[in-house]
Amino acid sequence: MNEKDAPLSEERIAYLEGLVSQARAAAAVFTQFSQEDVDRIVKPMVVAGLEQAQYLARLAFEETKIGLMEDKALKNMVATEFVYNYVKDKRTVGVIREYPERRLVEVAEPIGVIFSLTPITNPTSTVLFKCIMAIKTRNAVIFSPHPSAWRCCSEAVRIMYEAAVKYGAPEGVFTCLESHTLQDNAYLMHHKDVGLIDATGGPGAVKAAYSSGKPALGVGAGNTPVYVEKTADLDMAVMDITISKTFDNGTICASEQTVVIDDQVYDRVLKKFEDLGAHICSQEETELLGRTVIDPATGYMQPMAVGQNATNIARFVGIKVKPKTKLLLAPIQGVGREYPLSAEKLFPVLAVYRAKSVDEALKACVDVNHFGGLGHTAVIFSINEEVIRKFSEVINAGRIIVNSPGSIGALGGVYNDMVPTFSFGCGTGGGNSTMDNVNVFHYLNIKRVARRTEAHMWFRVPNQIYFNMNAVENLRKFTSRSTLIITNPSLEQMGHVDIVRRCIPPETQVRVSIIPDAEPDRKIVEQGVEALNFYKADQIIALGGGSVIDAAKLMKLKYESPEADLAELAAPFLDIRKRVVQYPTEKVNHARLIAISTTSGTGSEVTPFAVMTDKERNLKVTLADYSLTPDVAIVDPQFVMSMPKGLTADTGIDCLTHALEAGVSVLASAYTDSNAVQAVRLVFKYLPIAFEHPQDEEARSMMHNAACIAAIAFSNAAVGVNHALAHAFGARFGVSHGRANALMLPHVIAYNASVPTKFVPNPNQRSYVAHKKYAMMADLLGLGGHTVDEKVKKLVSATEQLLDQLGIPRSIADLGISKEEFERALPDLAKVAFDDPSWRSNPRMPLVSELVELFRSAYRGRSLPQPVRASQEPTVEEKVYV
Amino acid sequence: MKTATIPARFAIDGGSVVPTLQEARAKLDGAEGEVVLDFSGVHRIDPSALREMEELARTAHEKAVKVVLRGVNVEIYKVLKLVSLTQRFAFLA
Repeated sequence: MNEKDAPLSEERIAYLEGLVSQARAAAAVFTQFSQEDVDRIVKPMVVAGLEQAQYLARLAFEETKIGLMEDKALKNMVATEFVYNYVKDKRTVGVIREYPERRLVEVAEPIGVIFSLTPITNPTSTVLFKCIMAIKTRNAVIFSPHPSAWRCCSEAVRIMYEAAVKYGAPEGVFTCLESHTLQDNAYLMHHKDVGLIDATGGPGAVKAAYSSGKPALGVGAGNTPVYVEKTADLDMAVMDITISKTFDNGTICASEQTVVIDDQVYDRVLKKFEDLGAHICSQEETELLGRTVIDPATGYMQPMAVGQNATNIARFVGIKVKPKTKLLLAPIQGVGREYPLSAEKLFPVLAVYRAKSVDEALKACVDVNHFGGLGHTAVIFSINEEVIRKFSEVINAGRIIVNSPGSIGALGGVYNDMVPTFSFGCGTGGGNSTMDNVNVFHYLNIKRVARRTEAHMWFRVPNQIYFNMNAVENLRKFTSRSTLIITNPSLEQMGHVDIVRRCIPPETQVRVSIIPDAEPDRKIVEQGVEALNFYKADQIIALGGGSVIDAAKLMKLKYESPEADLAELAAPFLDIRKRVVQYPTEKVNHARLIAISTTSGTGSEVTPFAVMTDKERNLKVTLADYSLTPDVAIVDPQFVMSMPKGLTADTGIDCLTHALEAGVSVLASAYTDSNAVQAVRLVFKYLPIAFEHPQDEEARSMMHNAACIAAIAFSNAAVGVNHALAHAFGARFGVSHGRANALMLPHVIAYNASVPTKFVPNPNQRSYVAHKKYAMMADLLGLGGHTVDEKVKKLVSATEQLLDQLGIPRSIADLGISKEEFERALPDLAKVAFDDPSWRSNPRMPLVSELVELFRSAYRGRSLPQPVRASQEPTVEEKVYV
Repeated sequence: MKTATIPARFAIDGGSVVPTLQEARAKLDGAEGEVVLDFSGVHRIDPSALREMEELARTAHEKAVKVVLRGVNVEIYKVLKLVSLTQRFAFLA
């Protein structure tokens, strides 16, 4: 049975429980302390540590027989003074950091009871360091020192404890295990009231800490390579390495273990080491040393060598060296178990490797790094920034020390601005949870208080919009050397192109490109771009419905940014501000795009969208970016006077759908609402007239404006689930977009007006207002009703009546689609609709099952679900703008 | 638990938490059902007060007396929570 597995006696358990209970009470009481209370305690502790630095160093040396008393005293001072200098102004209680612009605040929460293992190599300095950190963070600590350093550590704990309690720290805040065993450690590591294990020491202690299942800071062994590159200041390099490797007889685990030297400077470097008191071992001496100070069975250093000076080691091994030899340098030809001295050696023996190139040197350093030193420390001496960069990229070490001693450099605060520490995190490479220099922030749980942030909104429209009859005359204002008109055959036959040509200044070279009257594909776009390049166009006029204008938008995009990949730019996104694929901002031709709409529905003349057919993938893709928005929109009703009735009806309902969906969108704002509501009002008033009396100029004009105004609304607030349903259904059954929208519209109003099964998360929405906004629209239309529910029903009925007036089929069944065919298609329809990005701004997040039900409602037609909402709700006086 | 009649009340001064708790504990024998300790004047407790509260809770349990803490601030409440004492007392605002 392992020692740690043997059962503890009842007395021992009672003793350990007493320690935990005391620490737990102290930690609990400590939570009441303010930052000022804590800081009042820390300073006298630091002073006490400084005053006793030499005393504790002497105790440590006498007890452990490791290292140098003088260096241990220096370490004790660094552990107090330098650490204090770092922590004194740090906030570690209550609010510790604030980020007003992010509306985030960080608040400290103590851990409670920390179980801390301290090493034999740096015993008292580690205790002093951890005591200061614990008080600064309001934690209690139970120390378990290395058995061979118990007396000095318990004395360090006593000194810190007395100073702390004298200035107000809770009794019991520090305790030290007496004559402990591995069983004790195991018991405490698994204790439910221990919040964190902070294990500084050998691999066994670290592994035990991480194996306990408790949160742990386990920082342990290293194997530091140091590369002396040919451009280095060799005198500085040799002195620094000597300082570092002999500091406390090499007991700091960050000290250099293998020096890799460029061939060109190898002999000079070794000579300089010799000049400073190093002994260069012969091959025989190196082999003897390797066999003696490294355990051949395990590959680890022999404990008896740890912290001994060079002459003692040489004497023990049987190597003759000069008196006062500081360092033993042992040339090796490789790294790994077959080269024992390439392992970690916490004593002044340094392996030396001669590298014939930078590449070989870096590889040797990587080998050392991976031979027990992952995540710990590495050192480089060089003035070649490229070599330093490469070194830092290939070496996995939490501390990459440049042109300074490894051991003291890694401690931080002396040779560099790293955080002072006596615990080196080694990252996952070293099996550690952190790669940092462990500091006060590792002794805290940091809570984030995140206040609600409202997303920034926008309202973007084309620079110029010209509207009303003969607005096309405004083309005369735009000078151009070369203009290309993009249109389709029917519009040319109807004479619309001639009207446009007459309005273009005579000095402009005008060419016309006729494209098919269908959504553009890549080929159409490429042909257009070819023409634009051929004519060196500085102005593009898109004359047509949505597909022509969309084609022109894409042609302009490719004309200005030839490298733009349309398929890539069509990549989906959730939030336009965070989209992964960015549209190009550089433009090569700076051409102007003027869009003249010839239908009153899509509003493409003002939108940032363009729909394209991807023939390779057999689907339609939508490109969306405000850079696609035309520079100028002309909304001239003369171009829509001859629209056939069916097209008038379908495009008019498309316009109404845009307005209603933008009105209840989660992206709606007061800016978009004004447009959405006005468009709804115009459609209900003028669409029936335009339908019945196509030559009524006022009705045509107002419907043309309504389409543009609704498009302004949905360009900024987006659409909703109606469009998702219509896209899926229209594509599957070849039904026009406007008609497909019409089939869904009354059902979607009722759906959005009822209590959502799921809401769409959006910080700008403070409450669910879709039903109230529908009610507000009903009020503006003068539909009557007293409660919100009644008004919503009135709006649904008015929409139904409008559809009836326009002769639009009122159900999918009316289109002649059989129930069987429809039901067969339904799973796919729901899937495609759910994949459609349009619904993401819908106030209700549709479940797939709800999409199915909406499709079925649309198939049946008029039998509408009733809005589910308390009918006594007050009407629209409440705030409805989100 | 005994039926409450007239509860014993102890107002605790922030400066004399431990003696008052000790006094309360000593009187648990004579208490009829419940003892009310008024903490509204206490802003912070120290480890000795905490120990005394553990003792008080233990004794109250033995004697089946309900101890009600009145006016405990949230900081002290959290201390009691951390040492699992909240379930051993009743609290009044």
